[in-house]
Formats: sequence, structure tokens, C-alpha cells
Amino acid sequence: MTNARQQTDKSVRFIFFVVALASTLILFMIMIFLFTEGMPIFKKVSVHQFIFGKYWYPTSSPPDFGIFALIAASISVTLVSAVISIPLGVMTAVYLAELAHKRTAEILKPIIELLAALPSVVIGFFGMVVVAPFLQNTFGIPTGLNLLNAALMLSFMSVPTICSLSEDAIYSVPIALKEGSLALGATHLETLIRVILPASISGISTAVILGMSRAIGETMVVLMVAGGAAMVPSSLFDPVRPMTSSIAAEMAEAPFRGDHYYALFATGIVLFLFTLLFNIIADRISHKYRQTGEASL
Amino acid sequence: MSEDYKIRVKHLNFYYGKTQALYDISMDIKPSRVTALIGPSGCGKSTFLRCINRMNDLIPISRVEGEIVLDNFNINAPSVDVVMLRCRIGMVFQKPNPFPKSVFENVAYGLKVNGVKDKAFIERRVEESLRKAALWEEIKDRMHASALMLSGGQQQRLCIARAMAVEPEVLLMDEPASALDPIATQKIEDLIGELKEYYTIIIVTHNMQQAARVSDMTAFFYMGKLIEMGATDTLFTRPGLKQTEDYITGRFG
Repeated sequence: MTNARQQTDKSVRFIFFVVALASTLILFMIMIFLFTEGMPIFKKVSVHQFIFGKYWYPTSSPPDFGIFALIAASISVTLVSAVISIPLGVMTAVYLAELAHKRTAEILKPIIELLAALPSVVIGFFGMVVVAPFLQNTFGIPTGLNLLNAALMLSFMSVPTICSLSEDAIYSVPIALKEGSLALGATHLETLIRVILPASISGISTAVILGMSRAIGETMVVLMVAGGAAMVPSSLFDPVRPMTSSIAAEMAEAPFRGDHYYALFATGIVLFLFTLLFNIIADRISHKYRQTGEASL
Repeated sequence: MSEDYKIRVKHLNFYYGKTQALYDISMDIKPSRVTALIGPSGCGKSTFLRCINRMNDLIPISRVEGEIVLDNFNINAPSVDVVMLRCRIGMVFQKPNPFPKSVFENVAYGLKVNGVKDKAFIERRVEESLRKAALWEEIKDRMHASALMLSGGQQQRLCIARAMAVEPEVLLMDEPASALDPIATQKIEDLIGELKEYYTIIIVTHNMQQAARVSDMTAFFYMGKLIEMGATDTLFTRPGLKQTEDYITGRFG
């Protein structure tokens, strides 16, 4: 009897192990694939030339494989969207967790989280049809498909992530800390700034970084609204071509296992390293400041 | 004060939504004495304590009727500045709740939020408070270490020091030793004995021996009502009511 139960336990554990192993293995294989398909380009151009080369003309002859403009585009779009989405997301989170009436918060939070369910192609469409003409007319610029438009659309996508995760972090600050502060004669605002936000800063930072890594990896939106010009932007209204949109737009036309194809995969490696870096930072921060709450006895 | 009270409670009723938690409580709290509030769980003693510094304001559906007079003003009056009130009436909680900041910042917190800028003054006051809380000798070399590194008993004494740093007149203690081991508990009790010289102390406790050891006056609560209040010696040896006697002799509760 006991033996049979132990057998069941063992086999269940084995099944779960196999499933877990399979998904990890597949991810790992994708990574290997990415690297084997991307590395051959470095026989033609050096890593330095590839990353810092200013010209991306993969189809001219001779071709130029420099992705500096693409990297600059990805970074600038992400940064501008961070400047918009961090204050929006964090302040909304503070409002929901601390200031809003309970019922208001209960209605608003799911709505904000639902924004994350908007398909990116819909957001891109909105950017193309509504925001682009608006920008074009308001600022009198040649095209509304540009860095600012892409950054705005990406902010719509990262605000729900930032807001939802920050709200969780702020909400999970123990009420004992809040009461301790109020009992010392601090006002609600002082308590918020001096106790609650510092105690939830690790969660908020993680939220911000995850939101930004969502922005840098996003493809469809930037493909649709960033404008697509492979040049280093010098103003908010310049059209740009982030790494993701370059890969998505060109992969179908690049000859299989040609230099262009390898260069696109190498761009994928660079992108992967960026998101990996974001995730490692997020992980570090959330571990480093884990002890934030009440005293443990 | 012409009469001998620090706090006078008159016909206090308290409601959580539709549930009444306190029924017509009236009592006088004497200055520079330790008043213990005892009674079984859910009898309203903590709720009563939290009425005194208006901590229950945080609960949106709560409602208070009646007066609590501190010296000569009713703290339930709408004109009362809750921040000022809480500077005069400090509180120590059941579980130690130091802020995730340094020891020094914890004690200085109350002064800083109340607008004290003079650094030398803050440093002096922090040291005084930690000395009063019998913690200075143990942690004077760790002033800038995180308060979360201290032991539970040290954290609770830090919270007492933190409350004293703003120089309140009254200290409310909500089962301050219930999360501590016996040695740390004894330190807190000794401390209460020393502090009553400076403060009017009201302490909620589950532990009747503790009430007998530390308090001058004891109030027995049951089901939201104040059943009996009197000098601790008398209440524990010759309780006036059968109900009180049953509780303190351990027949229920």
C-alpha cells in the first residue's frame, strides 16, 4: 500500500521533471540556434564594426552591416517611453494603493491591467491612424511616424506592467509600518514619502525594469509607427528603426543563410543581450532589497 | 489640573460599520500612573486604546460617539489636529515595527517629520531617548546599522525610544511584550516601571501576571464593556464583581 503510494509520488515527480526539462531545453536550444545563425556574420565584419558601424545597407553592394543606428533607435525609444511611463505608472500605483477609495481602486486596477491585454498591433494601428496625423499637424513635421510616436505607444504598453507590479509592491508594505509612522505624528503624505515608498522601492524598480524590457523587445508597434529610417536620431521627431522592427521587416526578404540573414540574427543576439541585462538587473534588485517589511523576530 | 486625571473618557461608544465594539465606556486615567487594560480577546481593549490617539481614523467605516478629554480638550472634536494629538500621545505596537532604516533614523523620525532641523538637538534627543529605553549601551556603536538587524526585544525597545523622542505626555502600549521571549519581556516591564515617572502609560495586556506586576490601575473589559476598574492591588485581590473574579482566577477567557 505504502509502496504503491510512493511509486505514484515518484512517477508524478518524474513526469513534472520531464515537462520542466523539456521547456527549459527548448528555450536553451532556441538560444543556441540564435547564436549559430548569428555568429557567421562576424567572419565578414568585426564585432566592433557591426555594433558601432553607422551604416545599415544590407542589400547594397558592397553591403554595410553596421547596426549602431538600430541600437541607438532601440535605446532612445525605450528611454523616451520610460520617461513617460515611469511617472505615469508609479503615480497611478501610488494613487491606487494609498489614496484611492477602496471601491475606486477595485474598479480601476482591473481596467489598467486590461490595457495590457490590448494586442500590440491594435496599439500600433492607433498610433498610425490617430497619433501620427495629430503629431504631423500639431508640430508641422514631415512625418508623424517617428521616435516620439513609438515611445508614446510603447508607454501605453508598459504603463500597465509598471503600474500593476508597483501597486502590488506598495500594497504589500505592512500596515504596521504605516501605523508606526502615523502614530509618531507624521501626516499621510510624509508617511508615503518617507516610509512606504522607500519600503517598496525594490518592487517598484523591478516593475520599472520589467516594463522597460517589455518596451525594448516590442516589435509590432515600432514596426508600424517608428518610421523605419535607419539613422541615429537627433530629435524626438526623427523616424527611427529599432532592432526589432529591422529584424521583423527584413527577415522575409533576406536570402536564407546569406550575410544579411546572419546579420539579422546577430542583431537578435544583441537584442537578447539587452533584455537579458534588464532581467538580471531586475532580479538583482529584487533580491538585494528583499527585506523591506516588518521586523522578523 | 484641578481634578486628578490625565485623560477622562465620557460615555464612549465605538462602531465598526454596524457592529458596536465599545459600549458606553467612562473612566479616568491618572497622570504618571500605569493603567492596564485586561480582558479576553475581542473584548475591545485594543479598540479602546486606539481611540485614544485616533488610530481608528484609518478604518473608513468606523464611528465614534462620546468624549475623550486630554487635560482639557476633547480629542474627538472635529477641530482637533490629529498630528498634534499623536505627538502628545505616543504609541507602541504589539509587534515591533521599526522602519527599514538605521537605528538613528528610526528614533529621529518623529522629530524630523515634525519639522525639527537642528542636527545637534536631534542627536542629543536620540541619545536621551535610547538611554531612557535602556538601549543606548547595547547599540551605541551600531547607530547607523539597520534597525532590522536588532533582536526582537531590542527592536521593541527601539520602538519605545522612537515614541519617546517626540516627548509625548501619554504612552499607549498595545501588548508590547506579547511577541517577545521572557527575558526581553522582563526588560520591557522594568522599563515601564521606570518610565511612569515621566509618562502616563496605558498598557493593553493579555497576561494578567504582567498587569499585576506593572500597573497601578487595572480596567477589566468584557464584550466591549468596561466591567470594573480599580487599583491593581485591590482588583486582583478583592475584585468587586463575580465576573472579574472569574476572569482573573482563570475560570474563563
